[in-house]
Amino acid sequence: MNRNNLILYSGILIFGIAAPFLFPAFKVQLSILCVLIVLATTWNIQGGEMGYNSFGNILFYGLGMYLCASVQVGMFFPLAEWTESGGEKTFVHTPAQFFQGMAVGLIVAAVVPTIVAGLIGYSILGLRGHYFAICTLGLGVAAGEISGGIEIIGAGQGFTTPPFPEVGSLDSRGEFFYFLSFFVLVLTFITVKGIYTTRFKLILNAIRDNEDKAEAMGIETMKYKIIGWMISAFFCGLAGGIMGGLVGYIDSTDVAFDGREMGVFMVLMAILGGKGTLWGPIIGATVFHIFKEGFWTFFLGWQYVALGVLIVVIVIYFPEGIMGWLREKYPERFGEVVDEKDRKAQVELK
Amino acid sequence: MDFMVFQYPMISVQACLDGILLGILFALIAYGMALQWGVMNIINIAQGDLVILGGYIAYFMYLYGIHPAWGVIVAPVIMYFVGIVIYKLVINKVVDRDLFISILATFGISILFMQLMNFAFGADVVLANSDYGTTMLFNNNVVLPNSKIFSAFISILFAICLVIYMKKSKLGRAIRATAQNARAAKILGVDTEKVYAATFGINAALCGVAGALISITFTIHPYMGLPYTIRSFMIVIVAGLGNLPGVAMSGMGLGVFEEFADYILGTEFRIGSVFLLLVLILVYRRFKLSRKREYLK
Repeated sequence: MNRNNLILYSGILIFGIAAPFLFPAFKVQLSILCVLIVLATTWNIQGGEMGYNSFGNILFYGLGMYLCASVQVGMFFPLAEWTESGGEKTFVHTPAQFFQGMAVGLIVAAVVPTIVAGLIGYSILGLRGHYFAICTLGLGVAAGEISGGIEIIGAGQGFTTPPFPEVGSLDSRGEFFYFLSFFVLVLTFITVKGIYTTRFKLILNAIRDNEDKAEAMGIETMKYKIIGWMISAFFCGLAGGIMGGLVGYIDSTDVAFDGREMGVFMVLMAILGGKGTLWGPIIGATVFHIFKEGFWTFFLGWQYVALGVLIVVIVIYFPEGIMGWLREKYPERFGEVVDEKDRKAQVELK
Repeated sequence: MDFMVFQYPMISVQACLDGILLGILFALIAYGMALQWGVMNIINIAQGDLVILGGYIAYFMYLYGIHPAWGVIVAPVIMYFVGIVIYKLVINKVVDRDLFISILATFGISILFMQLMNFAFGADVVLANSDYGTTMLFNNNVVLPNSKIFSAFISILFAICLVIYMKKSKLGRAIRATAQNARAAKILGVDTEKVYAATFGINAALCGVAGALISITFTIHPYMGLPYTIRSFMIVIVAGLGNLPGVAMSGMGLGVFEEFADYILGTEFRIGSVFLLLVLILVYRRFKLSRKREYLK
């Protein structure tokens, strides 16, 4: 790591820590931004680097959300009675219980989706291309429909997560969730950056470029595909657990397994920023979130129409994303040597 | 869980007949999907939303006092032009691109349609009442609404017409040629752009017919599109492209499966079981194909 990078990273870290105090009104938005970045970055691991475009990471996100909340409640109170009572405060968590439950819940929310990804990975990741995309889309929707029929986690009426205990000032809830999500974001970034410097990333790229050839070169592609998906699942589960606590209310198809919103958002953010780059999903998520929150109010009620148009426009006219555009414009900055003759020849060809 | 279906055989007969009549409708939608998949190599996630839009056309005719069965004529005409417009605006830019791009683009169209229909027609579950009465079979143990029989009949009629059209007409020949080899067709003077537009239009028209029939026999709702897409996708991958008897058979099979899932698991798991079946079929297909690959080694 050279000096410039060190300054950049410490600057971002300081900004991240100072952000909730600089913009106290936007704490919840900033926490959601962190979660979105985590989702986009981990989608990029198999979507961008591995070439397996999944609509089904929402499965792990929703699973994490339900698991975290269920563990948090189930550790201290009977789960069935809690969901039956709905929003009424029949049971109240003490602060110690809340944080203890949250900690255990987040661990479960991260570990179980990882195991699930490992278990289903062998069958699902054998599918190629659009079959994989549709299959994962089906998985996400099926999970939503099925969880909407299970009584103990609230079925159709939803599941209220434990409310934040009254400790400290009024702002402590926002700060707690912000720092939690920021911590997960930093963890994700370090992990992903670490991965991208190793041979593992090259293997993932080899799978994307030509899976059969990669296999012929002696790479056990299936093993690496499953590991890649498990890493995604781990962080998606964590993000889901945090988001459940942040929103405070879990509904099977509108919040947890929300393939129509979050499931598309993570794909869209990664594509907007640039698939297959480290910074692309981060930039994409930030731009997308600012756009979404800034302009959503103008569309008032029409936001999903705007979302549909946005997807079509981004996908058709901007499939390389921001990073791809920058790369074409300033190839030197990306360490690519451009042969002038070659470029001229290409321009003439066009 | 409800196992009544095994104790009373008549319920099984009812479920089978219902499922077959429903499956014929699914097969019609799936035929449209197979057509555009085969010719243009795109998977249209908005397929189900086109179906629902066709349903709303019939529903509005019903609201204005026209018998909804006429929707079977009107909906495909309107939907054909809707399809052409969608093609001109979006699809022609993704035809030659990566399949994932087309999936995502049509997903965007799907969200757009869903929300526009939600605004325009409201989020209520509606149906167009056809007043066709019912038919009783087997000592009044099995009840079949005549509207279902009507819809199955119309679907078969449209499918037969389309098959004849594809075989005999000039455009049909051009479509089949493009499906076989787009480049060669272009060299031989087929205007592939026009063929693509017509294919997408025909697909949308088929969706319109199916939608009108669904609004008569079942209910429609702006958000109910995606399951129809998934069903038709499933039927196409089970039957294969360009295998019409296969499409019809697997459509009926899916219909029967759904009716039994409805009876045994309960209505709340109906859509979930469809999506799970999709995952299972794809996984089964993957293992079958991987075994084939090992033989080659």
